Amino acid sequence: MKTIIFRTIAPALTAIMIVFSIFVLLRGHNEPGGGFIGGLIAASAIAIYGVAVGVSEVRKALKVDPISMAGFGVFIAAFAGLLSLGQSLPFLTGLWGYIPFGETEITVSTPMLFDIGVYFAVVGTIGAVALALEEDEDGN
Amino acid sequence: MAYDNAAKAEVELPVAMLDTPTSVADWSIIFPVVIALMAGALLAMVRHSRGSQFGFSLISVMAIIAIEAELFYRVLVTGPVAMTMGNWLPPFGISFVADVLSVGFALASAVVTLLVLIYFRAEIVPRETRHGFYPLVMLLLAGVTGAFMTGDLFNLYVWFEVMLIASFGLLIIGGKKIQLDGAVKYGFLNFLATTFFLAGLGYLYGLLGTLNMADIALVAPAAEPAAMTAIAALFFLAFAMKAAAFPVNAWLPASYHTPDAAVSALFGGLLTKVGAYALLRVLIVLLPEQRDIFDPLITAIAIATLITAPLGAIAQTNLRRALGFLVIGGIGAILAGIAVPSVRGLAGGAFYAFHAILTMSAFYLVAGLVERVTQETDTRRMGGVYAYNSLISILFLVLVFAAAGLPPFLGFWPKLLLTEAALQDSDWWLAAAILINSILTTIAGTRLWAHIFWRNGREGKKSEIRNDRLRPLSGLENGYALGATLALVLLVVVIGLRPNLVFDSTRAAAGDLLQVENYIGAVGLESSSAGEQTTGVAR
Repeated sequence: MKTIIFRTIAPALTAIMIVFSIFVLLRGHNEPGGGFIGGLIAASAIAIYGVAVGVSEVRKALKVDPISMAGFGVFIAAFAGLLSLGQSLPFLTGLWGYIPFGETEITVSTPMLFDIGVYFAVVGTIGAVALALEEDEDGN
Repeated sequence: MAYDNAAKAEVELPVAMLDTPTSVADWSIIFPVVIALMAGALLAMVRHSRGSQFGFSLISVMAIIAIEAELFYRVLVTGPVAMTMGNWLPPFGISFVADVLSVGFALASAVVTLLVLIYFRAEIVPRETRHGFYPLVMLLLAGVTGAFMTGDLFNLYVWFEVMLIASFGLLIIGGKKIQLDGAVKYGFLNFLATTFFLAGLGYLYGLLGTLNMADIALVAPAAEPAAMTAIAALFFLAFAMKAAAFPVNAWLPASYHTPDAAVSALFGGLLTKVGAYALLRVLIVLLPEQRDIFDPLITAIAIATLITAPLGAIAQTNLRRALGFLVIGGIGAILAGIAVPSVRGLAGGAFYAFHAILTMSAFYLVAGLVERVTQETDTRRMGGVYAYNSLISILFLVLVFAAAGLPPFLGFWPKLLLTEAALQDSDWWLAAAILINSILTTIAGTRLWAHIFWRNGREGKKSEIRNDRLRPLSGLENGYALGATLALVLLVVVIGLRPNLVFDSTRAAAGDLLQVENYIGAVGLESSSAGEQTTGVAR
């Protein structure tokens, strides 16, 4: 896909999709969205960028290996479950904290941390699959 | 927002939540799975660094073994213990239940994994480390342990998937043509089995409205028997495929010999036993009435598996393919335990599964050593190893006897229990099949031994001429591969000579399987419904 329109629009599209994926991830707990769907959107962004500029460019831009990202996600998700250990609660119990922030307040919780882990796991896995499929024999 | 806060303070905790604190000790139920999962995740992150992965995975597995050993001792004394995730009350939250059976199998699996990791050190290939051998092994261990420990039928499906993904990765990691071929057969038939399992789960949930195993055991007797029988049939087919029972076992000998010997050992020891464990759990604990309906079928399948598998092993010339058939024969013995569900029969089945985890893994490890010495995979081109490396030949023969069930080795005791149980139940054919299986396994094993070790040279005209293609084991192989194999075989021999602990614990496990009240009570279902009533009165 080396058309000039696509190559011009792809970086902007990728950036918008990544931002949107983070938005979807963060609104996820009480409204439609969450780590899985957010991760899928971000992985699609990676895939689009890969189609436009080539896989080696994407790998350079990502800095970290997608598989490592997936591992990080699983680790974070399991870690979020472990946090309830200190409170004498079972594994994966949701803990909630409210931080006042000006007029409103910010909710931080272990389910959100878990969702962030899911996000990374999905981005990493699907991203790795997408890049592997787009890659040709000599890694471009 | 302020209004919201005020509302929050007044909201009562819903009755769906537990109010008793969970002690750190209870966490040891979940720790093995979590440690394996987190270690696998960390290893996936650093999979390009070569040095640290081995040590780190070794330490993680040792930690898992220590926790499971402590847990095993605890459940042996106090009976099953459970923990329900997320502080939800049992039928809603996902429960993890540790009883003697599940922890015992998980412990044996972790020990095998530890030794396989050490063994793999000798066949380390940079490509396989880079493509994630260590993370996949940890993921496999997480899947196996989770499948043993979970008390939720849908969660069992999830762990089956985790196991399937990890084993698929391990199977094709070498990237050889034969491995891809094996992986396609393995993957397709296992996905098919998983689909049957999932379909059964869907029907079960539609019928009973619950997936918690303890809850199913409570409400299943009241459900419509015809529909439950159909569901049980789906589960039986799915798990029998996973366990590689006759006639749905074609995937096992087609795939298990293709990866490295260490990976074969992991598969042969662990994977089919999870299917067998699921059969024990579902047919004995959850749906005993349906098991009674299937009794003639289970008996027939057990007999067919017991007899056809070693016949297949006799017909094979590829060493590890032949071992694959011996693995299947063991599944027949476990099925025999399910076919005669007395305490003795179930104890025999559980004991046999425990024995098979250790013995079959050790068998594959020894086969790997043989392949290293002879540089062949086909027994027709092997020969003369006895004179060349007598230690391996002794290890092999010990394992042949252990797998066949000749006293005083490990396999004898479960077969004794199973035969006794079958005779008590007047299942003459089953008892005969167990004994015939022993004879046929001995023939298959000693035939392999004669071909590999006893014959001077390769098959054919040169069979009396010394085999000149043997090569000595390198220092690395002697240290890691032979060391790990020796340790596992010693374990098999020592437990075979002193089987009392395993006898007692499998008898306790069988008791737990038959007395479902213990299991349900541990999950906290009956007590929790009683608790709900009392809180209702207090209000």
